[in-house]
Amino acid sequence: MFGKLTWAAIPFDQPIAMVASSVVALAILAVLAWITIKGYFPYLWREWITSVDHKRIGVMYTLLALVMLLRGFADAIMMRSQQALAYQSGGFLPPEHYDQVFSAHGTIMIFFVAMPFMIGLMNFVVPLQLGVRDVAFPTLNSVGFWLTATGALLVNISLMVGEFARTGWLPYPPLSEIAYSPGVGVDYYLWALEIAGVGTLVSGINLVTTVLKLRAPGMSYLRMPMFCWTTLATNLLIVAAFPILTATLAMLLLDRYLGFHFFTNDAGGNVMMFMNLIWAWGHPEVYILVLPAFGIFSEVVSTFSAKPLFGYRSMVAATMAICILSFMVWLHHFFTMGAGANVNAIFGIATTIIAIPTGVKIFNWLFTMYGGRIRYSPPMLWSISFMVTFIVGGMTGVLLAVPPADFVLHNSLFLVAHFHNVIIGGVLFGAFAGYTYWFPKAFGFKLHEGLGKASFWCWTIGFYLAFMPLYVLGLLGMTRRMQHYDVPEWHPWLIVAAAGAAVIMIGIALQIVQLFVSIRERAALADTTGDPWNGRSLEWATASPPPAFNFAVLPKVSGNDAWWSVKQHADEALEDKPDYHAIEMPKNSPTGFVCAFFATIMGFAMVWHIWWLVAVGAVGAFATFVVFAWRDEDEYVVPAEEVERIDRAHIETRCAGSTAKEQTA
Amino acid sequence: MSVAPIRSWTSASARLTAISFCALALSACKTTVLDPQGPIGAAEKSILIDSLAIMLAIVAPTIVAIFAFAWWFRASNSKARHLPAWAYSGQIELVVWAIPSLVVMLLGGVIWIGSHELDPAEPIKSSQPALEVQVVSLDWKWLFIYPGQHVATVNTLTIPTGVPVHFSLTSASVMNAFFIPQMGSMIYTMNGMTTRLYLQADTAGVFHGLSSHFSGDGFSDMNFEVHAVSPAEFVNWARATAQADATVDAQSYSELAKQSSKIAPASFRLGDPNLFQSIATQKIPPSPGPRAETPQQRGVQAGGDDVR
Amino acid sequence: MTAVPLASAQAVPRHLAGGRHAARSERGPAPKRIVVGYGFWIFLLSDIVMFSAFFASYAVLVGETAGGPTGTQLFDLRSAGIETACLLASSFTCGLASIAAGARDRSWFSIAMAVTCLFGLAFLALELKEFISLIARGAGPSRSAFLSAFFTLVGCHGLHVSAGILWLLTMMAQVFAKGFRADIERRILCFALFWHALDIIWVALFTVVYLMVAGR
Repeated sequence: MFGKLTWAAIPFDQPIAMVASSVVALAILAVLAWITIKGYFPYLWREWITSVDHKRIGVMYTLLALVMLLRGFADAIMMRSQQALAYQSGGFLPPEHYDQVFSAHGTIMIFFVAMPFMIGLMNFVVPLQLGVRDVAFPTLNSVGFWLTATGALLVNISLMVGEFARTGWLPYPPLSEIAYSPGVGVDYYLWALEIAGVGTLVSGINLVTTVLKLRAPGMSYLRMPMFCWTTLATNLLIVAAFPILTATLAMLLLDRYLGFHFFTNDAGGNVMMFMNLIWAWGHPEVYILVLPAFGIFSEVVSTFSAKPLFGYRSMVAATMAICILSFMVWLHHFFTMGAGANVNAIFGIATTIIAIPTGVKIFNWLFTMYGGRIRYSPPMLWSISFMVTFIVGGMTGVLLAVPPADFVLHNSLFLVAHFHNVIIGGVLFGAFAGYTYWFPKAFGFKLHEGLGKASFWCWTIGFYLAFMPLYVLGLLGMTRRMQHYDVPEWHPWLIVAAAGAAVIMIGIALQIVQLFVSIRERAALADTTGDPWNGRSLEWATASPPPAFNFAVLPKVSGNDAWWSVKQHADEALEDKPDYHAIEMPKNSPTGFVCAFFATIMGFAMVWHIWWLVAVGAVGAFATFVVFAWRDEDEYVVPAEEVERIDRAHIETRCAGSTAKEQTA
Repeated sequence: MSVAPIRSWTSASARLTAISFCALALSACKTTVLDPQGPIGAAEKSILIDSLAIMLAIVAPTIVAIFAFAWWFRASNSKARHLPAWAYSGQIELVVWAIPSLVVMLLGGVIWIGSHELDPAEPIKSSQPALEVQVVSLDWKWLFIYPGQHVATVNTLTIPTGVPVHFSLTSASVMNAFFIPQMGSMIYTMNGMTTRLYLQADTAGVFHGLSSHFSGDGFSDMNFEVHAVSPAEFVNWARATAQADATVDAQSYSELAKQSSKIAPASFRLGDPNLFQSIATQKIPPSPGPRAETPQQRGVQAGGDDVR
Repeated sequence: MTAVPLASAQAVPRHLAGGRHAARSERGPAPKRIVVGYGFWIFLLSDIVMFSAFFASYAVLVGETAGGPTGTQLFDLRSAGIETACLLASSFTCGLASIAAGARDRSWFSIAMAVTCLFGLAFLALELKEFISLIARGAGPSRSAFLSAFFTLVGCHGLHVSAGILWLLTMMAQVFAKGFRADIERRILCFALFWHALDIIWVALFTVVYLMVAGR
């Protein structure tokens, strides 16, 4: 009746897991209770859960990422503490638990923090920057978000019911096959990622179509903001790479569930094929993560230097070059598998070639600053730290791309330091820069600057304290994922690294405090003009937050930095009456949420082999689509008078705001 | 604020720095790749340092420039040039594309040559014939077989100095990686396949060996000591070990193959000279996973075999 | 928000003149029919990438028969040929259905879709029969890596066809209930693209799996 599920699945005998799950469960219940008591459910359902507005969905993606950052970081603190303590000792995490912690850490950080953060920012910003009303497929957008949330939910359920995978963030066979991992952990991982992968793919299709087919009149490709170009490249990569992940994880699922032999040791299975397939996805994945960050930095550096981006066409060429090249380097993740000198050398050289367009980008940001008037708001601080930190990380990456160097550094803490260097320094700093930069646009008030700067310093200092020792440890021969060790030389460095993690924790705490303080002081931090940073692209032409339809009249674009040109040639006299029309907007729909509900049921049921429940979930999911297809009204109309009223109100507050600024200047 | 605490803090931090450098000083450290004890490791270390130097030549000035520009062009600095519309320069573009390209070409040469010269399967040029050692990674220990000397060891490796060692490697179960940091390259071990690696120790000593690819719960205990001894001592050691009571053959191997960790180093007589071949070609099937013992896995129904 | 004024009204280059003369990339957001079709093409490309991964694994594992039966011993080319004929015919009738939809002809649309469905079901029945017979002969997917790859590749295509048939029936029901509304027409367009794409993938599959095995 319940498949493999029994009461033994709840980890009553593991105090850490029980405490963690109980705390999380209580927190969730407390939040739900607060929402119920305050009567927020109808509002949340109507305005957020069933929303198909790209702005709302973007905010929800970002919220998911921030919450999962806390979970992933808790895993990090546990790992750093364990390694600082486990010198000639077992530490406090037995291997079975420690292995789950590092597997969960990597899985959560990549799939449920970095990806949703970037996808959230792209979803929120791109239609605004392109001067259009929404993405190409708004309801599908909602489906994509909720399926990603399903994946996150399944991973977190594994904390309370059952176990998580113990195979690392990529489940290499044969360890991940049923013979060596008979528990449900790997199954949780696989179903969470298969479902979330569909969500990501949907997002990819949506954003590619949006960038290529939905732009304001006059906005040719070479007039798009740089962030839109990186969005295009990123989502092309998603469309081309994520199906490989889906297929490969499906093969592993078939091995585990139906006794297939894709990657088993016996009957002809091929373990090396898994390595090739998974990294053929895995390398484009890291560029999927970092390219949006590059786009964010282009926007931020240009805005806060008060200059146009240097070498725009060069940047476009570099972005598309990175996009294509990222598919040609996957073997550098397993130089030590013994493919031979020619193969290793070719992939090594291909990898170093990616350093060319990346270097070009760094230089172009540098020259964007040259001759500018730089303001040091937190987004700019994040950008400068990114530039320095990412160069170091990129350098160690190119070092690892030299096969003979990799032969002694592969899988060591040097490697761990490298990828954290580029992911934290690149992706996460970019995410924080974007979060701070576009927060006023989303919510109508800025984040508290002082706390932002304090958290920035904690993150930067904490990062270097936590990860520079790992480079040393890699050179001292320490490999990754060790639960305990006996080498005395490693111990002091691991203590320093743990201290670094503690500093980062202070940084995160400051970011949480910053959010609460900013909400409390939102009147003082209000953004009345819609353009708090003196921006250059079209999102700053709208109110903060923008109305549902973004632009009352679609802007007509004639050059780069469209909003900047408007301000330069400003013709704010209202005698030029814009041509207001009624606007058709897509109706909200519970399709995404309901579909994800059934997907969660299916995923959980699959993990525990509750076959009848799988069937229920599948039928439910299909029924959801049919119900959605059957609706007769998929749009609502905003009448022209309403559009005019909203637009005029915005123009008036914007004029009042800028007059006030001139008076105080 | 008085000066004395600052001074003692400074001297304490100076001491800490000195300790750190000593930790890095490598003389006592048997695990570092920066203190190679053989030709492979030495070549890899020099490639590492050379590549780093090539890149630092560009990276260091760039980092300096980032700080310099960021500080000089701050909004409050009225002395800085203000070029509000400057967004293109062909000359700068040329330089900006050219510099990384040149570095890449240089590194490309290093990569091509280095990958060929230091390919794991590339024999080490030597007047001595290579010593054959066969390596099997198990859960969670290492088995070393010396077919020429008719001995086998678990979790300890003895080799002669100045002689190339030709490793043939396989795995009894899951993927692992064989790594002796002070001797050089690592290589994966995989069931049903044989990988090859040449290493050599030039000086006598005891080096640290480990698995550098996560393989399960007992992974952290897959360490072994490498004893590099003079060729004469090696011959004596081999002769003495060949007279050991315990043997390794297909039957005692099946005991070894079960999942266990924290295995003490041990030496054996080699009972079956074809043992490695049998393992590598799967004539002896892959060793079992945790199902060999009573599964304490969370959520698996007792006795339930839900897949096959 | 006011329209951005152009620098000068005279001598505007044609591609900046806006309206009908603007370059396609500057004409503003594309109409819904184009956007939907384009997005669906992107989805099809992603699906083809997924199939490529399965094709690649088949190519790697085709020789790994683990001492068991090989393709030459197992595959019934006649049956596969009939399956091919069914799918090709179904693509033809699907084309007829698209034309009927364009002409707003409900009855011909229903007939063409029904025949497409029958051909699709015939394909699935033959494929299922082949799978059952293979399993009965001890040549199921857990026999060897080659058979795992075969069953997965062919089976994945079969699952897509099954999903397509569910979609087909849903479209027939939609047209029956609501006629050729604009959004239903767009969905018919997507369905047709899907169905033809499956046919193309089958041609590749038939070639790589069934025909190329003849030479081994």
